[in-house]
Amino acid sequence: MAKQKGDRRHYYRLLKRKMIFTVIIVSFTPMVLVIAILLHQFSASYHEKTQAHLTELVQKHKQNIDSFLRERLSTIEFLASSQKFSELKDNDFLYDILIELRRDYENVFVDLGLVDENGIQRAYAGPYELKAADYHKAEWFKKAISEPHFISDVFSGLRGFPHFIVATRIEHNGGFWLMRATVNFNAFNSLVQNFRVGQTGFAFILNREGAFQASPKKDIDPCSGCYSFFWEAVEKTQNNILITRWTTDSGEESLYAVGSLKNGEWLLIVKQSVADAFSDLRRMSNIALLIFLLGGGGIIGMAFVTSKQMVRRIRRADEETEMMNKQIIETGKMASLGELAAGIAHEINNPVAIMVEEAGWVEDLLEDEEFQESENLKEFKRALKQINTQGQRCKEITHKLLSFARKTDTTLKDVQVNQLIQEIVGLSEQMARYNKVAIKTGLHPDLPYITISPSEMQQVLLNLINNAMDVMGKSGGTIKIITKLSRLEKDHIVIIVEDDGPGIPESNLDRIFEPFFTTKPVGRGTGLGLSICYGIIQKMGGKIDVHSIVGEGTRFRIWLPVQK
Amino acid sequence: MTKPFIMLVDDEESFVEPMKKRLDKRGYRILAAYSGEEALTQLANHRNLDVVILDVKMPGMDGIEALQAIKKQYPLIEVIMLTGHATVESAIEGMKQGAFDYLMKPCEMEVLTAKVEEAAGKKYAHEEKIEKARIEKVMSTRGV
Repeated sequence: MAKQKGDRRHYYRLLKRKMIFTVIIVSFTPMVLVIAILLHQFSASYHEKTQAHLTELVQKHKQNIDSFLRERLSTIEFLASSQKFSELKDNDFLYDILIELRRDYENVFVDLGLVDENGIQRAYAGPYELKAADYHKAEWFKKAISEPHFISDVFSGLRGFPHFIVATRIEHNGGFWLMRATVNFNAFNSLVQNFRVGQTGFAFILNREGAFQASPKKDIDPCSGCYSFFWEAVEKTQNNILITRWTTDSGEESLYAVGSLKNGEWLLIVKQSVADAFSDLRRMSNIALLIFLLGGGGIIGMAFVTSKQMVRRIRRADEETEMMNKQIIETGKMASLGELAAGIAHEINNPVAIMVEEAGWVEDLLEDEEFQESENLKEFKRALKQINTQGQRCKEITHKLLSFARKTDTTLKDVQVNQLIQEIVGLSEQMARYNKVAIKTGLHPDLPYITISPSEMQQVLLNLINNAMDVMGKSGGTIKIITKLSRLEKDHIVIIVEDDGPGIPESNLDRIFEPFFTTKPVGRGTGLGLSICYGIIQKMGGKIDVHSIVGEGTRFRIWLPVQK
Repeated sequence: MTKPFIMLVDDEESFVEPMKKRLDKRGYRILAAYSGEEALTQLANHRNLDVVILDVKMPGMDGIEALQAIKKQYPLIEVIMLTGHATVESAIEGMKQGAFDYLMKPCEMEVLTAKVEEAAGKKYAHEEKIEKARIEKVMSTRGV
């Protein structure tokens, strides 16, 4: 039994675990899948979008910067080709033009100058004293004189602060001249510096030597080797724009958008930290993680709670079924026992009758005179009387057995149970007084009529009362008979027969309705009384139970249905 | 006063025999029959029977049928039903059909004889009434 209970508990624990597991798997799988797929898709498209955005930005800026440079150059070219050479050599004329250019181009041009092929500046207009300055050793001059037009890298040159030169070559009388202009570096630089992407994105321009052509507003993390890689990689791209990731020397992963400028001489680099570029993505991931954690927690919690409840419910249902099965078996057992008992009783009754009759005959014969002298006459008589007595006892037993199976008078009548009880109390009073037992009644005044066999009900009540009187013995006591409407069972009345006798030990309680179970000494009880009561009440569609506490008393309760 | 003339009807011979002897010893005139049919034949030969003790449960013609036949042919003869407990219902049915009373097996001789005397008494009283009525009838015819 204990082992079975243990197995059962193990089974329920296993069941609970299985349910929890199933619920979690079933709920988690789609959630994880959905979140993973969505996040992946979102991340892919977000990357794409970011890259496209950067590409577009770089493209646009590249164009802006390129066109800025081209415009400056074409301004100078136009100037050189549209004016007479003699006029260009005139300082005053150049001044006029410079003033005009400054007005037109918002101080982009710092100065203008005309340089001969030996690098000597022949004419100059500008804020510096650079007339007759000798440029023949300057890098830019060497390059500029060999090309029809030229834009220099940014350099400090003679004046000691960054600027760059736009120059165009003029042919005059078989000699080369250079018309040059200095472009205000700040004007150019602001073009690049105003470039912002997100929180950390900024731009700068590098030349082939790795010198800043336009510097970022703040210091940048150095990244060793990245620029040479960019130079190589950008040339291989289709639209001369490269999007790549590179971890800087300080360990920050950054997103680089690189475009080549000025026919591949400069690189426009936009750098943004990955964390910043994909901050939306990260926020999204965090939200997804939060949802996952909260949802997951909820699911696990629910899985535990519902599984527990479910298993508890199943367990209760199982227990009820078991109890019901037990009851069915019990009832079946009683019924078959009843039939068996009836069969036996009937078969035994006739032989017993014959035996008693024969004994009676012998008794009669003993009355004859010839036997009166016999010395054993007394013994004969005693023995015959005993046979007779035992025969009567057999008869009582068989009669009880028979009534256990087949009722004396089963005619149904509408019975007012209170009245029935009062009659029985009246019947038992004599005997009760003899036993020093007081019978008290507490009868519900408005008890409905019920349709039962009154003689059967009488039998039940008499049996209970007699039992109670028997157990109380000579010391006496009180029997209480109470009727009321049942609160537990709908449309049922309850009859309670209660005594304050010695009570029934728990070990016997389960068996007291079994036929032939008795605690009375041999010959005093048949063990059939309560099983007959049980059978009768069952047949009436009612129910009987017993509660007992040793030393305090016993209470029988009978529920009987009220027919509508 | 003469003892009543009784017929005992039961299919179980072992039961009938001692019973018959005991009643005999008590001075009753007694006949035994072992089936309903036999009882009717016996009755035809012994019209002066007072009381029939009839077992309810018998093979062939059972107690109730025998009772009906007896009551139909000899309405004055009193019948006591004898029954095992299981056939109480049929005993009751028998009483409805005109049986005097019923007894349960095994029954004590004193109880049985008392019942028999009672039944016979009833029969005698009845017969007396009939006799008286007949005399009155004769008297009245004479008086005319």
